[in-house]
Amino acid sequence: MRNISPKTVQKIAMTAVWAGGFITVAILLLIIIYVLFQGLPSISLDFLLTAPQGGLSGEGGISTVIVSTVYLIGVTLLILVPVGIGAAVYLAEYAPSNRFTGFIRYGIEVLAGVPSIIFGLFGFVLFVTALHLKFSILSGALTLVCLLLPTMIRTTEEAIKAVPRSYREGALALGCTRWQTIAKVVIPAAIPGIITSIILCTGRAIGETACLYVTMGGSAAMPTSLLSGGRTLSLHVFYLAMETRAMDKAMATATVLIIVIVVVNAFTNWLAHWFYVRMNRG
Amino acid sequence: MKKLNTNLKKKSFVATLLVLSIALVTLAGCGGESATTATKTTTSTTYTLAGTITESGSTTVQPLAERLGAAFTALYPKVTVIIQGGGSSVGIKSATDGTVDIGAASRDLKDSEKPGLGETVIARDGIAIIAHSSQTVSNLTKQQIIDIFSGKITNWKELGGADKKITVVSREEGSGTRSAFEELVMGSDNKIVDTAILQSSNGAVRTTIAGDPNAIAYLSCGYVDNAVKVVSIDGVAGTEANVKNGTYKIVRPLLFVTKGQPTGLVKEFIDFCLSDAGQKIVSEDYISVK
Amino acid sequence: MKIPHHLTDKFAKYTVLVCAASSVIILAAITVFIVLQGMPTFQKVGVFDFLFGTEWRPTYDKYGILAMIVGSTAVTIGALAQAIPLGIACAILLAEVAPNRIRSFLRPAVELLVGIPSVIYGLIGMVLIVPAVRHIGGSGFSILAACLVLTAMVLPTIISISEDSIRAVPHAYKEGALALGATRWQTISRVLLPSARSGIIASIVLGMGRAVGETMAMIMVIGNAIAFPKSPLDPARTLTGNIAVEINYATGTHESALFATGIVLLIFIIVLNTITTVVLRRGIQKHAEHLT
Repeated sequence: MRNISPKTVQKIAMTAVWAGGFITVAILLLIIIYVLFQGLPSISLDFLLTAPQGGLSGEGGISTVIVSTVYLIGVTLLILVPVGIGAAVYLAEYAPSNRFTGFIRYGIEVLAGVPSIIFGLFGFVLFVTALHLKFSILSGALTLVCLLLPTMIRTTEEAIKAVPRSYREGALALGCTRWQTIAKVVIPAAIPGIITSIILCTGRAIGETACLYVTMGGSAAMPTSLLSGGRTLSLHVFYLAMETRAMDKAMATATVLIIVIVVVNAFTNWLAHWFYVRMNRG
Repeated sequence: MKKLNTNLKKKSFVATLLVLSIALVTLAGCGGESATTATKTTTSTTYTLAGTITESGSTTVQPLAERLGAAFTALYPKVTVIIQGGGSSVGIKSATDGTVDIGAASRDLKDSEKPGLGETVIARDGIAIIAHSSQTVSNLTKQQIIDIFSGKITNWKELGGADKKITVVSREEGSGTRSAFEELVMGSDNKIVDTAILQSSNGAVRTTIAGDPNAIAYLSCGYVDNAVKVVSIDGVAGTEANVKNGTYKIVRPLLFVTKGQPTGLVKEFIDFCLSDAGQKIVSEDYISVK
Repeated sequence: MKIPHHLTDKFAKYTVLVCAASSVIILAAITVFIVLQGMPTFQKVGVFDFLFGTEWRPTYDKYGILAMIVGSTAVTIGALAQAIPLGIACAILLAEVAPNRIRSFLRPAVELLVGIPSVIYGLIGMVLIVPAVRHIGGSGFSILAACLVLTAMVLPTIISISEDSIRAVPHAYKEGALALGATRWQTISRVLLPSARSGIIASIVLGMGRAVGETMAMIMVIGNAIAFPKSPLDPARTLTGNIAVEINYATGTHESALFATGIVLLIFIIVLNTITTVVLRRGIQKHAEHLT
């Protein structure tokens, strides 16, 4: 091995990196392109606006599924955002560097690593069964809040920390109390960053399945209240693929899902960039 | 000055968000109310039913319950019937807990499950043996089926088919179809082989069989369609006709289970299921109880 | 009436403190609920029989999850064995080798892939991979199919974090190595990769967490059989799949056994994380010592 000249090793290694790396990314992208090719022909306004024909026929569109998804995410964010911002404010602005803070940070760290299905189990015993919320959008949303909280806290904390010190110093020097400084100067300045983390969480919520599979019930009907069951786009893909043979509909729903993710991604990147530029100017 | 301006803008943005969220909460609250007040208004001439009925449980009953629910809603537009899957055991458990109004089960209740529950047989259903549509084997004896599912016969050539390994597909433990199949076909001495592919619903079993040329499974007759082939048992195929005329013996009841005897809106719905109109829907894919 | 500022301040401080504590509270609640629900199984079946029992037949009161532990381990190792070399190759390609034009196209693509929901990978697995594996042998629903799906799922995570950490290595390191006459590959393999090791390890641990925790995509392609898998072409079941497939069908001890599976899964993930972190760190340290 030692006898081979570094130049030869270099050549071999570079070829391997090119081949391995390029082919890998190419295959991954081809998967997505395959889904889009299979799915796009089935997508029409009609598909988006008709209700699916119940769990097992696979016929129909995805209107009720879109409504359930939007409903679920709305309720989730309604709880997630204030709690997440509060926690982030505490960690970024108040938390003394002591054991208690370390404990909280550790808790967030561990919670972030807990698999989705465990949150599902938790939601199933606590929300669905013990609190009698049944298989419902509310149960799903509460479970999702628990799941997304670590992400929301971390990214929001970053956004708050990115606000330049001079903002706070200026406000304090003008006689603002600590809370006034936070509420009127720091948080407003961090809003683009906070929105970025909200969108990030939305993206994750859209893709989540396991914890919702055991808490939402999977009804394909139009949700009429928070206590209705429902299914998200991702769950719909799962049900279509598993329960029916309507793979074309599954692919079409998956395509919608990918498009949503692309848009969310692009928006997040754009916002993050904008925020970065703005902060560095200020 | 410019900063102040942007701050103001942001404030109005936050305010908008706040208003939106409050609106959403209020909306949600209203929705919740209408769902919980399942009212029955009786006027002198007409019956107007309103409210929500939730059902969950057996995936065998699910397509039937969906159709019955849709028909009931067509009669009473103010009623919402929410049908969810789960499985027979969860249906029975949910009805006992009061998590749902109606639990669906595709097997008889165990004695331990019976206390406090009201049960109504709404239909009967056969369990068919199915294989991939390209399968050449079309008749099996009951003993052969037991041997296949218990793992004693593992190749189609032992049954006169191609030299291919048999893929046994089964349902989860807790599934009503599975316990009915074990009770009616396998008997207590034969366990379903542990290498069997397990799927958690009738639909998933059908999808698997439709995709795998070497697979065999048991499936609720209500789910059989032309994507899969029905294999006869001792010369009798598990088709609707054979189930109806009594020649096919692997049949189990489909139950609606309620906490106590059904009352109010739930009773109206169950009565509708048992009515001529309801049983007509039942007989499209299952066997009417009348 | 106007509330004095210092009161608002206090109130706000404690409110945000409660928010911050919420995640610890949730974590505690999850642990308490799952342990409470799972405990009866450990008492009834016994911890040893539960962990090392090879038979899972709830109807016959047999609750052994060894086959699922093996299933989860097999798919995770299989997926990582493919994803780590490929992922690092991709990361090197994107960070150091590829010209800017290609990078500016591939980088956002990989970022996008990170966000693709796992059901989509599961769907692809059902439509393309399972039938393909069926040609090799067996029913197609297999550990192999699950490994391939998982590989595709964890790759983007590994690539994007590894690439970030390789790019974060100070330019001076690279310039120094090149100035000393090292080839480009020597610079990459002996300077950049060792310097970026903590990021690369983090990406692997994160990818592994995703692999062990993945549920729905696994249910879709692995066949969920309760038998002890003997070959990569056999169907199997993961710990996560065991919970998701049966939770809706379970009552009594059976249900409790699924919560006990959840406890095992949690401990499993913590242990795996620790081992990987320690082993990888040591291995790399040794490698680094060897070089110097």
